[in-house]
Amino acid sequence: MSEIFGVPTQALFSQLLIGLINGSFYALLSLGLAVIFGLLNIINFTHGAQYMMGAFCAYFLLNKFGLGYWWALVIVPLAVGFTGVVIERLMLSRLYKLDHLYGLLLTFGLALIIEGSFRHQFGSAGMPYSMPESLTGGTNLGFMFLPKYRAWVIIASLAICLGTWFLIERTKLGALLRAATENPSMVQAFGVNVPRMITLTYGFGVGLAALAGVFAAPIYQVSPQMGSSLIIVVFAVVVIGGMGSIMGAILTGFGLGVIEGLTKVFYPEASNTVIFVIMAIVLMIRPQGLFGQR
Amino acid sequence: MTDHTDAITTAHDEAWEARYQRTAFLVMMAILIVLPAVVYPVFLMKALCFALFACAFNLLIGFGGLLSFGHAMFLGMAGYLSAQSAKVWGFPTELAILTGMGAATVLGFFAGLLAIRRQGIYFAMITLALAQMVFFFCLQAPFTGGEDGIQAVPRGKILGIIDLTSNTVMYYFVLAIFTAGFLLIHRIIHSPYGQVLKAIRDNEARAISLGYRTERFKLAAFVLSAALAGLAGATKAIVFQLASLTDVHWSMSGEVVLMTLLGGLGTVFGPVVGAFVIASMEHYLSELGAWVTIAQGIIFVVCVLAFRRGIMGEIEAWLRSRRKS
Amino acid sequence: MKLKLKALAAAAALAFAAGAAHAQISGNVVKIGVLNDQSSLYADLSGQGSVVAAKMAIEDFKAKDKGLNVEVIFADHQNKADVGSQIANKWYDTDGVDVIVDTPNSAVALAVNQITKDKKKAFLVSGAATSDLTGKACSPNTIHWTYDTWMLANGTGNAIVKTGGNTWFFLTADYAFGHALERDTEAAVLKAGGKVLGKVRAPLNTQDFSSFLLQAQTSKAKIIGLANAGGDTVNSIKQASEFGIVKGGQNLAGLLVFITDVHGLGLDKAQGLIFTETFYWDLNDQTRAFTKRFAAANGGKYPSMVQAGVYSAVLHYLKAVAALKSDDGTAVIAKMKEMPTDDPLFGKGSVRADGRKIHPAYLVEVKKPSESKGPYDYYKIRATIPANEAFRPIGEGECPLVKK
Repeated sequence: MSEIFGVPTQALFSQLLIGLINGSFYALLSLGLAVIFGLLNIINFTHGAQYMMGAFCAYFLLNKFGLGYWWALVIVPLAVGFTGVVIERLMLSRLYKLDHLYGLLLTFGLALIIEGSFRHQFGSAGMPYSMPESLTGGTNLGFMFLPKYRAWVIIASLAICLGTWFLIERTKLGALLRAATENPSMVQAFGVNVPRMITLTYGFGVGLAALAGVFAAPIYQVSPQMGSSLIIVVFAVVVIGGMGSIMGAILTGFGLGVIEGLTKVFYPEASNTVIFVIMAIVLMIRPQGLFGQR
Repeated sequence: MTDHTDAITTAHDEAWEARYQRTAFLVMMAILIVLPAVVYPVFLMKALCFALFACAFNLLIGFGGLLSFGHAMFLGMAGYLSAQSAKVWGFPTELAILTGMGAATVLGFFAGLLAIRRQGIYFAMITLALAQMVFFFCLQAPFTGGEDGIQAVPRGKILGIIDLTSNTVMYYFVLAIFTAGFLLIHRIIHSPYGQVLKAIRDNEARAISLGYRTERFKLAAFVLSAALAGLAGATKAIVFQLASLTDVHWSMSGEVVLMTLLGGLGTVFGPVVGAFVIASMEHYLSELGAWVTIAQGIIFVVCVLAFRRGIMGEIEAWLRSRRKS
Repeated sequence: MKLKLKALAAAAALAFAAGAAHAQISGNVVKIGVLNDQSSLYADLSGQGSVVAAKMAIEDFKAKDKGLNVEVIFADHQNKADVGSQIANKWYDTDGVDVIVDTPNSAVALAVNQITKDKKKAFLVSGAATSDLTGKACSPNTIHWTYDTWMLANGTGNAIVKTGGNTWFFLTADYAFGHALERDTEAAVLKAGGKVLGKVRAPLNTQDFSSFLLQAQTSKAKIIGLANAGGDTVNSIKQASEFGIVKGGQNLAGLLVFITDVHGLGLDKAQGLIFTETFYWDLNDQTRAFTKRFAAANGGKYPSMVQAGVYSAVLHYLKAVAALKSDDGTAVIAKMKEMPTDDPLFGKGSVRADGRKIHPAYLVEVKKPSESKGPYDYYKIRATIPANEAFRPIGEGECPLVKK
């Protein structure tokens, strides 16, 4: 068995693959954040709580209505995205004229309310959510055993990420959206309902978070604090990638997942900090992020 | 970030402001001196430490215009060093507190060097990232005791004579520290340095064009804020006789933002009021567990949407408008 | 006239003397404070359930009939040492609390331990794990009930090696508690003749253990020891099931697992897990009867060993108070060490000089879904560890209270 830097090649490749899987969660979540920040200039601290709501929603659909995973994939983003629309309409829209930091504080407060309410209602031990039948089991790749579900997560999130990127960067709708953020009055003068676009965009970003939550439900414990553990890391990912850049968020998400995976092999105790160290370095050298323009 | 429509002030206005500040200060001191007779002193000491922490934070955001989302790193790090020096190295209490404060100052200098280069959201994100790194360091470093924290820290004696074991004596010691810190902040705000800082906050480009090295001013504000937050943390460790991870966790950073926002960003007394309100809420709601988090969230939301000036901000605006009529 | 005065004085003196005996119960009330986590990580295994357990103990002791006024209050320490110590201080100083019970989270327990010692009250720990409470930090005012890290490490490590699991790989949470658990279990495994093939440390609150589990899989150790707790344990178990670790022939040994964790995971994921507990609701008729009453008062949730420990500790405490007719902390603790314990949940046991409560421990294995007849029917008892072997020998703890 050959070795690289004292680690067997097999182990290395399997860790890289695992890193890619984690990276797909990072990418999916930072995609939602990047969409919201890039197009609306809002830092959505509630993102973690909305991801958690997505997972819980999937749990409810299964346990109260008997609707399984595949239903959840469609219904949950719509449902949670709708709550996002309500938040935007009622609260966020009032803050656009003010300093952006107020949006940060509002979403932070909302995250506390949501997480606290779920914790109050459901406790902290978490709820079990079983994996859909069709995705259980896995294949032996030779250097590791790859669960089918994890392979599905990589493929699905790649598809969604690329689809979203395409939608925003290459379609007319996306162009309209980007124009609306840069010059809302001009675009509105052309007869486009800019406030509604903004609302729907926020809802879309929130829906992405909820979708990630559904992906997470079978493999991570569905608990009220699942969001807050993840959200800070995802912020770091978005900042490194460039806060407005969609492609940046996607590439950085996958990339950082891989780097984290490598760190777990060579120096596991630092695997939590490595992303923040990178973030601090990037902010020093290239403050707008690796792919951002400002 | 603070809604300051500073109109041109006349000499009358300034005299009134000075009178108001003096009166408010005397009222605050009178209340604080008498309060332990009716309220449990340990709770008051906690509130005072948080009040100092919030005042230090307010220096940076209210007067420097920089929102730090990682201030817990100063509170917590100072607490650990203070506890370590008092318990393990056997320092006398005052020296232990100064050691803690010193640690926070050094940390503030290096963190500031990294963070000051950016503004607004990016500044907040950098401070958050740095605080997370400090948190993970504290989690793993052997001396901090990890999840257990540093326990059984001795209260010690002031000047080697006055025993601090009694809660009442300790309270007045903490009050003295708080007053010193508060007055120092007041001095800074109303000094020429403070004026420049406010100018930088309101319009940095213009300040640069006037020839000021704005980076230096902002760094100094950051370090001062860190040092005073450290003072609060170091004192808190002695009061509770323990230093724990709670004080370096990012939720603590969020709490100080909440206190200052609620009390009134950019006001002198706002952070004190905010700290006391939040500490009371946590204390009296503590039997209801998750409700504390929910209540904090609601206060954030309400403040941001409808109450941006905060308690003292509203009161001061009302007083000023009354004066005009 | 003088005679009447003398008679009055004598009567008054008698009345005072009788009153003085009652005055030994401070404020005429025995006040019990349940201090634990009501809202986060440990709320399910302690939380309100512990309050229910304490109330049941008071009921079963028939306090009223014995002329004792007993009250229970509770508070949430939110897993923060400063919140916990503030509540403890206030309870002792101004609220007349005589004894604090439960307190999961070792950091908080250590803080309350110190405060209780300084104020000479009483502290009955059921929830916290650190064996330092009967070691370096032992105190004449504290008794450590239910379990501790040494018992977990030794019970699980030793018993598993003896039943064939003699090669180990550790997945450890990278903080003091995790390190301690790993260190103690490794010592137990080596002592019993087993081998440790490797270890990996994961940061606390890791969401994804796949890479660490992969390393455990490659090591081909028979037993993967999970030196972690709470959400980390649950996550690592869930993901282990996903990677087919148990199906591939390796067994997971949870070093700190509660029935509430198993309930949250579901048998599908948790099956085959081996760990040690000191109480299980289905052990015998008495535990079953208790559980029925407990569940009725606790929203249908069955008792964890921590909650059972609260019941047992409060019961024994009240017996000591009644015997002494006093609620003076130090005296009652001393009395509790004198009297042997006997309750329907833990059977017969005793409290040692270092404050360690002794009772048997059980090595349990989680059933497969097909083997379970209903909710909470989760465990097969693999072995029983007798009381005198389950806990650290009294001389090895460095407790200053123990005379060598």
